[in-house]
Amino acid sequence: MSHAIQDRPVAVTPRRGTLAHARLPRWTPAAVAAGSIAAGIGIGAGAGWHSKIQWGLIAALIFVAATYTITSKVEGSRQAKDRVATSLVWVCFVLAVVPLLSLAWVTISKGMTVLDGYFLTHSMNGVLDAEAGGGVYHALLGTVEQVGIATLIAAPIGLLTAVYLVEYGGGKLAQAVTFFVDVMTGIPSIVAGLFILATWNLMLGFGPSGFAGAMALAILMMPVVVRSTEEMLKLVPNELREASLALGIPKWRTILKVVLPTAIGGITTGVMLAVARITGETAPVLLLVFGTKLINPNPFEGAQSSLPLYVYEQYAVGTDAAVARAWAAALVLIAFVMILNLVARGIARWKAPKTGR
Amino acid sequence: MATTTPDLPRSRRPKGAARPGDRIFSGLSRGSGITLLVIMAAIAVFLTYRAVLAISQDSTNFFTTFEWNPAGNPPVFGIAVLAFGTVVSSIVAMVIAVPIAIGIALFISHYAPRKLAKPLAYVVDLLAAVPSIIYGLWGAIFLVPYLDGLNQWLDTYLGWTYIFDKSSDGVARNLFTVGILLAIMILPIITNVTREVFLQVPKMHEEAALALGATRWEVIRMSVLPFGRSGIISASMLGLGRALGETMAVAVVLSPSFLISGHLLDPGGGTFAQNIAAKFNEADEFGRDALIASGLVLFAITLLVNGAARWIIGRRKEYSGAAA
Repeated sequence: MSHAIQDRPVAVTPRRGTLAHARLPRWTPAAVAAGSIAAGIGIGAGAGWHSKIQWGLIAALIFVAATYTITSKVEGSRQAKDRVATSLVWVCFVLAVVPLLSLAWVTISKGMTVLDGYFLTHSMNGVLDAEAGGGVYHALLGTVEQVGIATLIAAPIGLLTAVYLVEYGGGKLAQAVTFFVDVMTGIPSIVAGLFILATWNLMLGFGPSGFAGAMALAILMMPVVVRSTEEMLKLVPNELREASLALGIPKWRTILKVVLPTAIGGITTGVMLAVARITGETAPVLLLVFGTKLINPNPFEGAQSSLPLYVYEQYAVGTDAAVARAWAAALVLIAFVMILNLVARGIARWKAPKTGR
Repeated sequence: MATTTPDLPRSRRPKGAARPGDRIFSGLSRGSGITLLVIMAAIAVFLTYRAVLAISQDSTNFFTTFEWNPAGNPPVFGIAVLAFGTVVSSIVAMVIAVPIAIGIALFISHYAPRKLAKPLAYVVDLLAAVPSIIYGLWGAIFLVPYLDGLNQWLDTYLGWTYIFDKSSDGVARNLFTVGILLAIMILPIITNVTREVFLQVPKMHEEAALALGATRWEVIRMSVLPFGRSGIISASMLGLGRALGETMAVAVVLSPSFLISGHLLDPGGGTFAQNIAAKFNEADEFGRDALIASGLVLFAITLLVNGAARWIIGRRKEYSGAAA
């Protein structure tokens, strides 16, 4: 360690005798950025490139190179590296934000063209592919039912598993459960779909139904619920448990009446985030629910539709009217998921357990 | 015994367990835990069972065959192309996503003005929730035309590298585009986990580095990155798990074919998940078994990747104190 400390001043001080360095003025990064963007546009337009992505890449490269040369001339190579790192981090940020903003913008602008009250309250019954009109009511209904059933299956199991891990855990079984819950989080959704297909459909001989899809969604949902509930239960202060137990209250009543109510806000948030996650799953629904144009309110029999599946089907049809419907359904789906997310996070903030200060 | 000796700590246990309410409740919660394990085991067992049914009928080697025709007589199908496409698109995704995700995580944890950092972290959280089919739709309709220009540029200037040589015309519905789309999709999860780890770096390490006169980049290189290395690795592997199993976005963007080509910019190839989604509707029962066999391989791969990621995280917790 000591040689590293001694190295540095030796490497730096010869440049200048005093502690003060020459500094670039504060507006330098902005100026270099403006210059490189201009250069990027100039080169891009000059070479006649069609893709704006390339213009941006060129501008970013020029920016990094220019920053390095200018800073190392004036402030020294260590400062130059620091500036380059800073600009690279900013470039990363911009690179990531651009596609995501574009995704949001495209979905909203294209989705709004078809989306209206009619679209939300009608099915695709009798609507031809190339024809405008039709709606997502059947898909919306299917999604709500499938996700509802999945939640009814997954939430209790997930919650109780988390209670087991936090309140009763310890030992080999709890370790195994923790590990496999983590691994289960990473199961590809299509594999969960294939599992239900192999058992429910191929071996037991049931046809496609909303319930089959819901079971696959429940498999995807369980580990998420376990994880978030576990985190929340761990936040409940031990003093509360001890106080309750000291009053002679049995452990199960302590858990039901003291621990769970304290953490209920966080648990609700976790369940809602899990619901939001499975709402957008397409692959298992594609394998198990099959899709239909008609309204089928019975999730236990016959094909249903669902929002993500509807988006996929309409995109696959490929006519202008169908693609417009796909965008509108995508907007409905994204709104559904985002509202769930925002409400869930709102609850989390509102009901956050008061941990030790 | 249950009524006396209240001051012996040992006596609490038998007393608690004797209550019927406690027995039922602990039994229920333990049962749920076991249910989860049983589901995992059942997934492995039933997929393997159906897969064995299919593979035993396969007239060629399941792992090295380039074709997918389980309806043929004799049935011929193999996963060579799918394995290649899955690996290649995931590699492209990782090469793009990991550095950028580290950059964003650093931006949020160390560079962004405080007012910007919090909403930004929040937005990244929200982005992780965008359904994959929407990424797919956006990728197919919006991104593919945009990447045409980039593809031509890569072909012109980097064509000599072989992998960027575009030998056939056509839109950019290739493995490279899929990789870019997957990169965008896994950015949020890698960023989230990495950011968490960066925020756990002991303040003392950073302040010590600053006190020695380090610049901000040197602080990051000397104290933040070494501390966060295992976090970065496991975050990347979690992202890799996502990328490997992604179905809809790939199914929508890629124009598949059963060819292995080192030219990433040529349309073609396929991935496990994409192939299942694409071939499912036309498959009879045996064809579905064949698809299940390919799904089993995907399951095994993601299991390995995720297990390794969790193992690395778990090992880290022991000595960093991050578990608390």
